[in-house]
Amino acid sequence: MKTSGRLDGLLFVLFFVIGVVVCIWYLVGHDPGFLPLASEHGGFIDSLFMATLIITGIVFILTHLLLVYFAFRYKGSGNGDKAFWYPDNKKLEIIWTVIPAVIIISLIVVGQVGWGKIFHTEPPDDAFVVEIVGEQFVWNIRYPGEDGEFGRTIPELISRANPIGLDPTDPASEDDIMLLNELRIPLDYPVLLKIRSKDVIHSVFLPNFRVKMDAVPGMTTTFSFTPTMEGEFDLVCAELCGLGHYRMRGYVVVQPMDELEEWLIEQREME
Amino acid sequence: MSSEQASLHVDIEHHKESFISKYIFSYDHKMIGKQYMITALIWALIGMGLSWVMRIQLAYPGQQIPIFETLLGRYAEGGILAPEYYIAMMTMHGTIMVFFVLTAGLVGTFGNFLIPLQIGARDMAFPLINMLSYWTFFLASVVMLLSFFVESGPAAAGWTAYPPLSALSSAIPGSGAGQSLWLLSIALFIVSSLFGSLNYIVTVLNLRTKGMTLGRMPLTVWAVFIAAILGLLAFPVLLAGAIMLLLDKHLATSFFIPAGLYVGDALLSYEGGSPILWQHIFWFFGHPEVYIVALPALGICSEVIATCARKPLFGYKAMIASLLAIAFLSFIVWGHHMFVSGMNPFLGSVFVLTTILIAVPSAVKVFNWLTTLWRGKIHYTPGMLFAMGLVSLFITGGLTGIFLGNAPIDIQLHDTYFVVAHFHFVMGAAALFGIFAGIYHWFPKMYGRMMSNMWGRIHFWLTFVGIYLIFFPMHFMGTTGVPRRYYAFTEFEYTMQYGGMNEFITIATLITGAAQVIFLVNFFGSMFFGKKAETNPWKAATLEWTTDDPMPGHGNWKGEIPTVYRGPHEYSTPDGKEDFILQTDSTGFGKMDKE
Repeated sequence: MKTSGRLDGLLFVLFFVIGVVVCIWYLVGHDPGFLPLASEHGGFIDSLFMATLIITGIVFILTHLLLVYFAFRYKGSGNGDKAFWYPDNKKLEIIWTVIPAVIIISLIVVGQVGWGKIFHTEPPDDAFVVEIVGEQFVWNIRYPGEDGEFGRTIPELISRANPIGLDPTDPASEDDIMLLNELRIPLDYPVLLKIRSKDVIHSVFLPNFRVKMDAVPGMTTTFSFTPTMEGEFDLVCAELCGLGHYRMRGYVVVQPMDELEEWLIEQREME
Repeated sequence: MSSEQASLHVDIEHHKESFISKYIFSYDHKMIGKQYMITALIWALIGMGLSWVMRIQLAYPGQQIPIFETLLGRYAEGGILAPEYYIAMMTMHGTIMVFFVLTAGLVGTFGNFLIPLQIGARDMAFPLINMLSYWTFFLASVVMLLSFFVESGPAAAGWTAYPPLSALSSAIPGSGAGQSLWLLSIALFIVSSLFGSLNYIVTVLNLRTKGMTLGRMPLTVWAVFIAAILGLLAFPVLLAGAIMLLLDKHLATSFFIPAGLYVGDALLSYEGGSPILWQHIFWFFGHPEVYIVALPALGICSEVIATCARKPLFGYKAMIASLLAIAFLSFIVWGHHMFVSGMNPFLGSVFVLTTILIAVPSAVKVFNWLTTLWRGKIHYTPGMLFAMGLVSLFITGGLTGIFLGNAPIDIQLHDTYFVVAHFHFVMGAAALFGIFAGIYHWFPKMYGRMMSNMWGRIHFWLTFVGIYLIFFPMHFMGTTGVPRRYYAFTEFEYTMQYGGMNEFITIATLITGAAQVIFLVNFFGSMFFGKKAETNPWKAATLEWTTDDPMPGHGNWKGEIPTVYRGPHEYSTPDGKEDFILQTDSTGFGKMDKE
């Protein structure tokens, strides 16, 4: 059995070195590629990502160093000469079971503290509430208006003119404000998104805010967060919803609360 | 050897087989394994073709590609692929690769080919059911292939077929006849897989030759055995789900569809179902499925590395224990696909724990492979190269799993290209490398001839580098938040910045895909013109290399089935004369032991 392995060993080393250099060069130029951060909890997600990147990066490089070094170093001659007989080492195996377990459990613990803050903390009663109703392939945005209550919706009433089937006989629906694809939220103020869908599953994805939650027909999902940056951002659909999935685009506008309130009054008057 | 087996053996010797009984409705596990392999290879070519279509569309959206119209007809009128059919191609790519290539290509091929040969059996426990298993798979293949040609196009709700999209033809055309055929085909596939799983389990438990204790089985057999148990427990759940979805589609039940849906300007009359229910059912199957695919690949990797590094597999018992641990955990992690699905976030916390724990046995596997290579005498066969490539891909894809499994990070990365990169490394490419490693390594036993070493190595290097060039950049797209399953990245500024990268990935895909021609020529060419193989070309220690002929006939051993005296990896033992000792070698055992 003749196998010329010198070249293969060398190629493994070359591939690894070039790959790592290109990766580091790219990372230095682009960070990991995150969009500018615009929410409070997003900072935690980004740091957890970076911590995981550093830990896994070290593991990646160490294991690959061993792999390519062994590939390069331990080439057989094919003459039947013997390798080093080493079938077992309980101690070693226990060490490399325990160490990954400890590292991984610490990542879980840190992650869960943050997860709890994002999802298990009740939004304050005076949070700014907006409803997003997904539809092939637009986002219906609704504000409760001055009364702070959403009017009742009835699917039977849905039509082109009444996209979510708002019930006009419900007094709470009188001052509801409906918009298309435009989500305006206040700066530095807790926001509560109530997310629904009329047809198939969509997913509300606000990449700058590190926010994502599916819009599931038949139920209301929620996500609460606090915007920390003024400006205009993207509202993206992240769950396959049909042929227009790729162009189901909305906008997020973050502005100070007083400006937003004025704007809401204007919208109310226009309706 | 049992008397039944002896009589089977005699039967075969005296009965001259016709072409049909030998090559088509064969009972021989080796022929059935090869049938699975060839069918999976054909499916792999189709699946790869679909990925080319997707990649060309993503790199050059909106441009006329005349060949699209030639190949895809009405799905790409004027050379522009319509968005609904892009999604259909994507759905079929995923379905074909997961079920028909990786599942059938690994479990079907190597489960069948290797189990009896490596445990010392004449054939599977139930050869007839084994034959039926392949032909049910074939039928599933035909139905899936037919769905390309129905009026409304093939299924287009993703390989995960989430309802309501998959249930309503008014939501996307593919959810008409295409999705129904898809569900039917998957149901048939599941039946085939259950036939196979039962057979593998019974064969491993009952038909081991004398001396072949569980603790002496090669890792390939262990891996397929565990994968078969996973299949037996996971696939029926999907079968139930598929039937429920079919009922929703055709008999107006409402398992998965809630009240008040308004689709295509019409209010639907469903009420009471939940789309989340399907996700639980699907992923209760779907996550073990990942390991039904991955475990056999890891088993092949272990065997090939031990053989070609000329060392006993380091920590043989730990390798089995880690397979068992991964298999067990795989049943309680499905919720990690649903962190932002609307599932209760508290439930998410539980799934984080179980999910990330899988990293521990996976890490053990990697460290044990590396230690097996340490101070080895590595023989660079193409099989060995693919096994070592698998180790690298498994590390890369495994580590990115630690990002996705930690729920807060998943909020950002869920359904982005980071996920696409992750599963293509750890499930797609790693399992594919398992198939390649297996084919190169056992080709001499399958066809009695050798594949070309040099072309095998060229194939490896083009494929290995190609895989990294295609999928590694996708991590960066994912962290930026580029969503998956998009027809084009033209609608958002932040996705447009990756135009150049997408073009690069597409070119890499085309080249890597084209490089597979090298494999095909090598494979089919060597079948007829390859150098004649010796019985044991790799000087391996396991049973399949002890057959009388390089390419054993039905019944595997001409004489008695050999007795086994030792473990599967006695390489470079200090007391051996050569650098390997066959499992059948009785040196050092007293006469009493031999009897």
